[in-house]
Amino acid sequence: MDMIFSVLDATLRVSTPLVLAALAGLFSERSGVVDLALEGKMLAAAFAAACVAYIAQSPWVGLGAGIAAGMAVAMLHGVVSITYNGNQLISGVAINMMVSGVTPVLALAWFQQGGRTPTLSDDARFTAIELPFADAIAHSAVLKTFFGHNILVYLALLLIFVVSWVVYKSRFGLRLRAVGENPHAADAAGISVKGVRYMAQAIGGALCGVAGAYLVLAQTGAFIQDMTAGKGYLALAALIFGKWRPWSAVLGCLIFAFTDAIQIRLQGVELPLIGSIPDAFIQALPYVLTVVLLAGFMGRAVAPKAIGVPFVKSR
Amino acid sequence: MAELAIELIGVNKHFGEVHANKNITFGVRKGTVHGIIGENGAGKSTLMSIIYGYYQADSGTIKINGKAERIRSSHAAIGLGIGMVHQHFMLVDPFTVLENIVLGAEGGMTLDGSLAAARTHLQKLNQDYGLQVDPDAIVGELGVGTQQRVEILKTLYRGADVLILDEPTAVLTPQEADDLFRILRLLREQGKTVILITHKLREVMDITDDVTVMRAGEIVGQVRTADVTKEDLADLMVGRKVNMHLDKAAAVPGEKVLGVSGLNLVDGRGVALLKDISFDLHAGEIVGIAGVSGNGQSELLEVLSGMRDATSGSVQFKGQELVTLKTREPKAAAYRKLGIAHIPEDRSREGMVKDFMTFENAILGYHDDPSVRRGFLFNRKAIIERCRRFIDEFDVRPALTHRRIGLFSGGNQQKVILAREIHANPDLLLIGQPTRGVDIGAIEFIHKRLMQLRDEGKALLLVSVELDEIMALSDRIIVMNGGAISGELPAAEATATSLGLLMGGHK
Repeated sequence: MDMIFSVLDATLRVSTPLVLAALAGLFSERSGVVDLALEGKMLAAAFAAACVAYIAQSPWVGLGAGIAAGMAVAMLHGVVSITYNGNQLISGVAINMMVSGVTPVLALAWFQQGGRTPTLSDDARFTAIELPFADAIAHSAVLKTFFGHNILVYLALLLIFVVSWVVYKSRFGLRLRAVGENPHAADAAGISVKGVRYMAQAIGGALCGVAGAYLVLAQTGAFIQDMTAGKGYLALAALIFGKWRPWSAVLGCLIFAFTDAIQIRLQGVELPLIGSIPDAFIQALPYVLTVVLLAGFMGRAVAPKAIGVPFVKSR
Repeated sequence: MAELAIELIGVNKHFGEVHANKNITFGVRKGTVHGIIGENGAGKSTLMSIIYGYYQADSGTIKINGKAERIRSSHAAIGLGIGMVHQHFMLVDPFTVLENIVLGAEGGMTLDGSLAAARTHLQKLNQDYGLQVDPDAIVGELGVGTQQRVEILKTLYRGADVLILDEPTAVLTPQEADDLFRILRLLREQGKTVILITHKLREVMDITDDVTVMRAGEIVGQVRTADVTKEDLADLMVGRKVNMHLDKAAAVPGEKVLGVSGLNLVDGRGVALLKDISFDLHAGEIVGIAGVSGNGQSELLEVLSGMRDATSGSVQFKGQELVTLKTREPKAAAYRKLGIAHIPEDRSREGMVKDFMTFENAILGYHDDPSVRRGFLFNRKAIIERCRRFIDEFDVRPALTHRRIGLFSGGNQQKVILAREIHANPDLLLIGQPTRGVDIGAIEFIHKRLMQLRDEGKALLLVSVELDEIMALSDRIIVMNGGAISGELPAAEATATSLGLLMGGHK
């Protein structure tokens, strides 16, 4: 039971930033803008959250700074891809490279700790919420998994419901999907395509901001160079695996997080006949799985039709 | 004089150097169907875009229901009761009909309420205008005729009193077009005003009350439809006498040039695109392939021209089997050398390189020909010389060898391609949509030229979605539906109705 609990518990913790980033990507891509910049937005947010939380000694102010940073980077991606009709892939990759380079330089200049930020005290972090009656209710490992997390984990859970409502049941959601499928139709219906796309970037930036802040304020307690370590790309893969649908994308995130939780426990395990497997192979598992899932089990992926295509009024 | 729904007074519009609309003054009577006709580039679309708020006029007044209005956006136009049905439908394919209709006019922040309200409203509109559209159908799965009705519903849902339809029959079968006209008549009976932009004179005569004719940005005629003939309108559009009637001598078919039997084509996903196609084509005859676009005609041309390999079956060209033919060079090049010339359907993608000059396009596909080469280099002088001859013989305007071909009008581009393919002196000419996006003057020229080729003893296979064209040129007509041949009949016996039924798949 302890083994099951610890794997499930780790799955939930690891999946939280993935879920947030995947939901962020969902807004951007559903609006027709490819979002490779998820990684950069998260990393910028993690850095901003680490710096500000350290100075203000408050996780909430840090979270706010993370959201602001995520949105700022999203706006940059927006200006390039929406206003100037730039190549969205290149904008995304460029943003990722830029953020990956700028953050350690600034950290070094400001804190002189070799490109990382000072470790946050518990007061400046989000810590687990311990409910007094939790142990009494949680009899099974599965139930127990849902207790004793920090507030951002619960926020992410709540956001899945909110996002899927917004996308499918709100006016904004209808317009968002229309703009990603056929911006010309949306334009003819009197909808501002650029307005909707910017709004999607802003929401995505904010969600990435929470994801980045989570890495620092709820996990490591400090900013470390390139600490997102491909999570943005994994989230994007989960989004594509989920065919740009919120719940399916979340499922993708859970699968990746689960393999990650398993891989940590598999490291150093001796297998009969083969013996011990080098850790590097086991660490690669989630990524191998990404390739296999995307290539093999996807079926027909129906991307938003206008994805990656800048909107130019044609008439 | 009846009340005017829309009135334009002295409207001008420039795009840089181009004076797209010159001093346009005209009115549309309330409760009528008003046709606006003109060749490509005559300024019809610009004019409609001004009325629909996409463009602002440089000068002039627009009155809606007698009141001067500034229409700054399509949103404003919709607010004034103007609706537009675009030539390329403005629909979101994965959405339901209902979602498409409320898009942009939802009412509240949440969808459930607005969708329910729209459903009730839609039922009433469906009944009033006999539209019969299922609100829960996915738009992408509907046929074009129904999709067009969704577009009409969209404008009605937004309270449009004036409907502008841009080339609405371009994608319809004759039966679907009849159905559309029935709906338009019903709209007129209910007091709506319809503006119909078209270049098909038959439709203008059929349904409109008034006609406005445009040429080169100006209005050159405003008439009651009842007072004019088709020929009058054609002359007005072109600005000179047009001979719409093609003098066609009886065909004198010679030996068999092309024999297709049991031809099949299956794509990578296992979808059958061509099903058991068999027909013969003789020297000195034109066989027309009719059908709604997307029923296998394009694929047939691709296979016969060597752009695509057939899955099974046989194609005999002058006694030589082509399907199993092994060639060292790409098949399309090999076929050309055997004597099969091809005028592709999609002129700008497959017929030419837009950014190349006229003279470069004049040898595209024939660039290996020794007469244009000097060793492994081009003989530039010979190429330009040849292009010059094409331009003279086919009356290409402007007569420039050194101009990017993308800058020419569709008709002049097509003349260059036609000249190039005919120059090779082929035995078989495959022709796809020869007059798509080509103006009436050039259509007349191209049609005459094709007839001349037939009379010289060439075999011509003509694919066109324009029934008038098929009926005017062909000696025999084959109709395709869903990748198979649904019927074949001599041109003399073909009518729009009989072909339309076959196009719809009724045998």
